[in-house]
Formats: sequence, C-alpha cells, structure tokens
Amino acid sequence: MKKIYAFESKCLGCGLCEVYCKTAHSKSKDIIKAHKQENITSAIVIEEILQPKAVSYFALQCRHCSSPKCVKACISGAMYKDEKGIVRNDKEKCVSCLSCVLVCPFGAIKKSINGKTVSKCDLCIDYGKSLCIEYCPNEAIKLLNENEAEALK
Amino acid sequence: MYDVLFICMEGLMLKEGELRIPSGCAISGIIDKKGNRFNGEEIIKSIALMHDRSNGLGGGFAAYGIYPQYKDFYALHIFYDNLTIKTQTEDFLAKHFDIESAGNIPTKPVPSVINSPLIWRYFVYPRTYMAKEGFMDEAEFTSKCIIRINKDYKGAHVFSSGKNMGTFKGVGYPEDIGEFFMLDTYEAYMWTAHGRFPTNTPGWWGGAHPFTLLNWSVVHNGEISSYDANRRFVEMYGYKCTLQTDTEVITYLFDMLVRKHKIPMRKAIKIIAAPFWDDIERLNKELQNELKSIRSVYANALINGPFSIILGYEKGMIALNDRIKLRSLIAAEKDDRTYIASEESAIRILCNSPDKLWAPKGGEPVIALLEGEQEWD
Amino acid sequence: MGLDFNTPVFEVIRNEKKCIQCQVCVRQCSNKVHSYDSQDNVVCTDDIKCVNCHRCVILCPTKALIIRKYPLEFRENANWTSSVIKEIHKQSQTGGVLLSSMGNPKPFPIYWDRMLLNASQVTNPSIDPLREPMETKVMIGGKPEKLDFDAKGKLMTKMPPQVELRMPIMFSAMSYGSISRNAHEALARAATELGICYNTGEGGLNRDFYKYGKNTIVQVASGRFGVHRDYLNAGAAIEIKIGQGAKPGIGGHLPGKKVGEDVSATRMIPIGSDAISPAPHHDIYSIEDLRQLIYSLKETTNYKKPVFVKIAAVHNAAAIASGIVRAGADAVVVDGFRGGTGAAPTRVRDNVGIPIELALAAIDQRLREEEIRNRVSLIISGSIRNSADIVKAVALGADAVYIGSAAVIALGCHMCHSCSTGKCNWGIATQELELVKRLNPDIMYKRLVNLVSAWNHEIQEMLGGMGINAIDSLRGNRLMLRGIGLNEKELNILAIKYAGE
Repeated sequence: MKKIYAFESKCLGCGLCEVYCKTAHSKSKDIIKAHKQENITSAIVIEEILQPKAVSYFALQCRHCSSPKCVKACISGAMYKDEKGIVRNDKEKCVSCLSCVLVCPFGAIKKSINGKTVSKCDLCIDYGKSLCIEYCPNEAIKLLNENEAEALK
Repeated sequence: MYDVLFICMEGLMLKEGELRIPSGCAISGIIDKKGNRFNGEEIIKSIALMHDRSNGLGGGFAAYGIYPQYKDFYALHIFYDNLTIKTQTEDFLAKHFDIESAGNIPTKPVPSVINSPLIWRYFVYPRTYMAKEGFMDEAEFTSKCIIRINKDYKGAHVFSSGKNMGTFKGVGYPEDIGEFFMLDTYEAYMWTAHGRFPTNTPGWWGGAHPFTLLNWSVVHNGEISSYDANRRFVEMYGYKCTLQTDTEVITYLFDMLVRKHKIPMRKAIKIIAAPFWDDIERLNKELQNELKSIRSVYANALINGPFSIILGYEKGMIALNDRIKLRSLIAAEKDDRTYIASEESAIRILCNSPDKLWAPKGGEPVIALLEGEQEWD
Repeated sequence: MGLDFNTPVFEVIRNEKKCIQCQVCVRQCSNKVHSYDSQDNVVCTDDIKCVNCHRCVILCPTKALIIRKYPLEFRENANWTSSVIKEIHKQSQTGGVLLSSMGNPKPFPIYWDRMLLNASQVTNPSIDPLREPMETKVMIGGKPEKLDFDAKGKLMTKMPPQVELRMPIMFSAMSYGSISRNAHEALARAATELGICYNTGEGGLNRDFYKYGKNTIVQVASGRFGVHRDYLNAGAAIEIKIGQGAKPGIGGHLPGKKVGEDVSATRMIPIGSDAISPAPHHDIYSIEDLRQLIYSLKETTNYKKPVFVKIAAVHNAAAIASGIVRAGADAVVVDGFRGGTGAAPTRVRDNVGIPIELALAAIDQRLREEEIRNRVSLIISGSIRNSADIVKAVALGADAVYIGSAAVIALGCHMCHSCSTGKCNWGIATQELELVKRLNPDIMYKRLVNLVSAWNHEIQEMLGGMGINAIDSLRGNRLMLRGIGLNEKELNILAIKYAGE
C-alpha cells in the first residue's frame, strides 16, 4: 500500500504540512477557521534535528505498520486497520487511554490538544487528498509504496 | 519578389533605405541538352501564356549561346540614363578592358514599351595585366568592374555580362519586351524568361529580371524572407547589392559559392535550400558531417521564404524551390529538351505530350545540363 | 552603534485577521524579519531587516502578508532623491564601497523595447510552426572561410569543433560559490534536457557534475579557480572571461564564509579563504597575450573544444571584438551593462559599460566590414528578458544568447538584489545548507526547462510569422526590425529603419 513518506533531505521545516494537516482534519476545512476556531492536532510533526553542520528536519507520521502495535494495544477497539491497510482511529470509540501513544515505535501518534482522542495520519482519507503532499513547497512529502520509497532514499 | 531600388538622397545611395516592392511573377525556361539552338519565339509563347502572372511592369529573358562569334568575350549589356554617364562609363570600360566591338542593341518600336533608356552592348576582354596586378583571374576582375560600375556610376547599369550569352529586359509585359528586343532574331540553346507583377511602379528598366552576373542568370518567383541575412553575408565577400532585389542576392550567392568557393553545384544547392536538421540526423555519419558543416559554415546563405528560381549558366539550367515549396514550379522532359515553368500550361503550349512531367519537391533541384557536363566540374 | 541613520526600505504588513500564527514566515526568513511572541501569541516583524524577497509572502498559507515600499518620505527633490541620500548615510557610516547585486536598475533606454518585428502579409506566406518544421538549432564555434570539396564532391575541410545548441539560448556563467550547488545542478540538468549549455562561471566544476559535460561551458577567469586539465576537457567549450557587464574592469570577490568544504575543493582554495579574482588576467595585458591563452587552452584540449572569449560591452567593444576574432577565438561573448552579478560595486554596476543592443549592432557590423563575421559565433548577454529580446538580438546579428537573470528568476529569484549577503531565501545565491535545500533541483530544473521551451516556442511563432523557417535566416536580418522612439544616431548604430519606412 502507499504511505506518506517525508524526505529529510528535502524537508525545509517550514511547517506548512502541519498547517494543512490541521485544515484537512478540521470541520470547517478552512485554514483560518481551523486554526482560529478549532483545536486540532496535526498528525504530521516536524522535528528539528541538530546536526553537526546544519539544522535539519524530520517529519513524523504514521507508517501504517503491517502488524500495528497500536491496534493491538488499543483497549477500546478504536484503533483499527481498514480494508486498504490504513491504520485509523475511530474518534467515537477512543477513550484517550494513550496506550497507542506509548507503544508506537515511531512516535507518530499524538495526544490531541483537546485531550479527548489521539491524532494520527489517516492519509486524509476523508478529505479525498493528502494536503501535506499537495502543499509541500519542496516536494519533500510523497505518497509512495515501500519499494518506491526505498529507491528514493 | 522583393524589389528594392536605388533611392538617392543627396547623392548617397541608402544601403538600407530600400523600397521593397512585393510582387508575383511567372518564370519559364527551355534548354536543348544537345546544344541545338532555336530562336526566342518559343520562350515568348510560353511566358506570354502566363500573362496574368505579370502586370506589365517588367519582363525579361536570358539567352545562352547567342554570340558564338564573340564567345571568348564578355558581352556587356548596359542601360544608360543619359549620354554623359555613357561617356564616363565608357572611359572606365576602356581603361579596364579591350573593347572588341561596341554598338547599341537593336530594338524595334512596340507601342506598350516606352521610356526605354539607352541600351548598349560591348564585347570586351579584361586587360590581363590589370587582373594580374590585383591577383585576380579574369572572371573575378570582370565581376569586380561590373559591381563597381553598378555601384559608383549613377545612371549606368550593366545588366548582362556573360560570355556567349545575354540578357534582354525592360519595363513592359515580357512578350512585348521580347518583341522590342527582336528575340526571334537570336538563336540560343537555352532560354529563360521572367514576367513581373510588382505592387508598385518602379519604372526602372534595371529593376526587371533576369538578374545576371558573368554567366549566371537568375529568374525568380518569390519573396525571400532571408533577404537581409543573405545580403549582409554576400557583402562580406566583396559583393554590393546595389539593386537590393532578391534575384540579385541569389545570383551573387551562386556566384560566390560555385565560382569563388568552388563548391560543386549539387552541394551549393544544399546550402541554398538546406535539408532540415531532423532529416540530417537520420543520415549516415559521413553525410551528417558534411551537411552539418554546410549548414554551419553557410548558415547565412540559406534562402528562406517562398521562391522558385531558374538559374542559368553556361552548362545549363537548374531549377529550385524553397525547401517547403511555397511557390509553384513544374518541370517536363521531351527528347533533348527540358522545360521548366511556373505553370504546367506554359509547358504544354510548347510541348503537348512530354515524356515526363513532374512537380519537383521543395529543395529538390531539377538539373538540366548540356550533354557531357557535370554539375561538380 | 549609537546613531544609525538607516531606515527600513520595506514595510511588512500582516493582516491579523488572516494570520494563524503558524510561523511559517518565522521559520523561512533567513533575515529574521519575523519572530513569534508566544506570550501574546502574535507574529512580529522587524521591517529594517526585510529585503523584499517574497519568500514569506509566497509561503504564507493564508496570504496574510504584503510587503510595501516603506512609506517614509524625504522632502521631494528630483536631484537629491531618497536613494542618493540613503547611500550617503550608509557610506558615511561604514566608510565602505557600496555593493549591489543583479543588474543595472537605472532607467536607461531599453533598446529591445524600441525595436519592432516584421511579419508576412499576402506577398509571402507566414509559416505555421505547428504544421511545418521550424528550426532553431544553432552551431556555435569557429568556422572556416569556406568549405573545400574534392573532385568527387567529397568534403575535404575538417570542421573546427562546434557546440550544437538545440535553441539559441544558454545559461550564463554563474559560479559554484556565487550560486548554490543545487542551483548548479538544476541548470546542468535543464541544459542537458534542453540540448543547450550552462556555464560553470569561474568557480570550477564539481566532480559530481562532470557527467553533464556535453552541456557545460567551462570558464577560465582571472582567478583561475578550479582550472586544471580535466576541468578544461570536461566541458563542451571553454570560455575565457575577460569582463562582465555588471562590472567591467572589476574583478570578483567571493567572501571566505561562502567557501565551504565543497566549494573549496572545487575551486582548489583553502576552506574559508576569500576567493579574489583580479581585475585583469595577469597573463593578459594585451591582445597578443590573449592569443597565447586561447592557444594554450586549445593545446590542452587537443583542439577539440571551441574557445569563447567573453567581454563586457564597453565603448570600444567593436574594435576589441575584432581583435578577439583575430586572436583566434571561436566565439565572442559580449555582456551588456544590464548583466547581473552576485556582487558589484554599485557605482560600477550603474555607470560603466554600454547597452548590449548597441554593442551587438556595432560589433556585428564591424566584423562584417572586416569580413570576419563568419569566422566566429557571436553570443550576447546582459538582460535578455523574454523571447522577443532573443529574436531581436538574432536579427541584429547574434548567434545565441546567454540568460542569467531570467534563469535565476525561473529558479525562484524575486530580484531582491541581495545576493551578496549570502542569505538567499530561495536557495540560489547562498552556501548555507539549510537555505540551499530550499532549491530542490528536481522541481527547479523543470521550471528552467519549461521557461526555455516556452521561449523556444515563441521564437518559432515569431519566425514563422516572418516567413522564416530556420533561425539562420534571421541572423543579421535587420530588415526584420524597425525602430520606434529612436533618434537618427541610434538608428544608424542599430542600422535599422524607422517604423513606417
């Protein structure tokens, strides 16, 4: 299956992916309203890495593992892998026990700002297209299958 | 055809101040490849048929083989505006040439042909020592003298300068000009003819066609868009485009390539109507190298825009279209003769059932030479 | 610094209704104009640092930013303008030579815009480039006087080396050092895809880029940085740079801070050392010395590479060009006074040299009068802004043009004229890895390809309109040009007629 890959070598750390992630997952789907009126946690997170020569950035997002630990650890059955292989979180069922946050080996699941659920990448499946990819100014984020991603590394 | 005339301003000829006169044209040519000579009636008939392609503002003929008795002399045909310039020009001629014979060219009155200049003919031979002093051969010397007269002697115009050939031209319909010059009294193995349709009135006999230099004559239908690129190119090699017509520059290009640079005619044609780069890419390495060299070195000699020309020289005639054939040109063969004309009818009227009749493709020459001649000699 | 007369040049206006405090601007501005105040949850700006490069404006997801000219006015004075006053303030504070980047911005006449092109109507047909072949290929290099064929019609002349360009456009010399590695990669890849050439500038050629050699012109300038046998043989042609339009008579200076490990290795100078190119070549004090350098380079490359010589368009350019041809160059490159630069003394940039249009017309005419025009190719540069400029340049007599400013604009440059600071927010004129990264060669080479292909299409359209189907027939074809708003002298130098004539 295709997943979102972020390439450190291209990532500028501008944070636009976060802005658009929030927008895609907002109710209003409007950038300004999403940020000013809704409390949304970005599923993609830019981490700054201090390297010997320069700062570089690393975007964290869900790898949609083949046997996801988060699904196994989920106590309420909110975390599941859908028929396409996308690991998703059913916000209705989520009790915010944060077991998934604990077990995720990549740190790709975040506690929501509102504290009621968790936030993770769902490839913008409900929105229709992955906005972080669309708006990345440097083509650092791509939707690829594993082989393609490997080839680009 | 682009015609660009002398414009004189305070005695200065404006090199780039030309008056450009676009026009349609008719061309026709006949050669007997065995060298048998025939009079001018046929070519007049052919060009007259295309009457509608001219408008009475220019017609002319080139005839090869007409002066066998003077075949070693350059036959200079000159238009003079007045007697003063005639005297001055003759002084120049006498200084540079031995004049074997001189006289006016016989004409007969034709009602529609008016305002004719003084028309003179000289059979001359260059003063050999002068040519040698200038490290030139006689042809180069002669051509330099002609270019000099046409450039510096205002009111004199050498309109024919080959050996055993001559040009006859003027303002009028070509058939009337033919009658005026009594072409039925000349016998040639090759004739070419031209009828003009300029959109403006030049009223100057020198502006009619064919244009000639030494043995070269060119009749041309078209309006070349590369004119100034070609002109500035040949002017680097000692030519002066005083008439500033397409035909003039085409003649100079052939003269430069074939006579001066000694490029075989077939290759010269590849320069004038160069093959497309894409076609070159498909050829073998050797041909590619040759054509790339040709297109690199002689890039500015490529003639662009619509043209159909008949180039006459002592060996015969060559007809050529621009490389995407934007002007009509038809060729036919019958026995020893090759016919070329703007329209098929102009051939059929002379030769009703040719052995072969075809429309040459753009950039593909029709080469009709006297028997035993090779275009790369 | 107690008393500082500096005032902002630009004002950053933030629409608070639109600002979502995402801080993309904060993270993207290398000049640190924007900062985030977490206490008040607002993004603040420091106008004085802004160079107006538009990076923040373009990246702002809500388009909340506008940059304007700072509205501070001096008392109106046509003579003592605000820039004159500010320059004096700056120099009286620093005691230094004023530095500027990019090309001459002063309102001198732009002759390209005073020439109009011809088109066919009725008497000859225009040609439709979508239906007919339309050739824009050019061959750059020295040409023999004539071709010789043997009795069988076989070509005997051995052609000197030529650079084949699919279209008459090349990317100007911009050194690795003055621009980033990624910018170089984008230029090299675009040139390769387009079938044209880019130019290394005088900063040598990184080994990683030798693979683009067929599409590379390697430059030899007065500093001789990165010049060695492999380098000379790596490209399609060699260019000796005598001068540059933006700073005729002036050398170059790449500050040590831009000389990192990679630049140092490529230029063959120690890390962190200033790379100073002398004003003249110290082995060329005269034309005969130039001949020696031309032939040394030809010897080194076994006569397999054409050698170009580049000069700035100065008053006597025509005579100099003639000398260059006679010295054995295969192409003369002339760079007009609007040509760009990474850094030049402002006074030199704005006052030295002449317009390329006039220089080109004069040089082409002079070389023709001397009957040597066909021996060489003539390449011009110095603010070619669009395809019409190219068509006009070719009609005046150029074989090809170099584009520098237009190429960097395609790469994202917004002409903020701040290259010399090394803080280029678009990753072009910088060596800071974090900034260099912003120029993703995968994206940017395509933009260059798009730009040049688009121009080539336009050139083809204009050629077709003139009834010409090979650019060769436009070269030097000045009848295709008419002047407008020009005086007699200008018309004479350009050797064109006035519109309506």
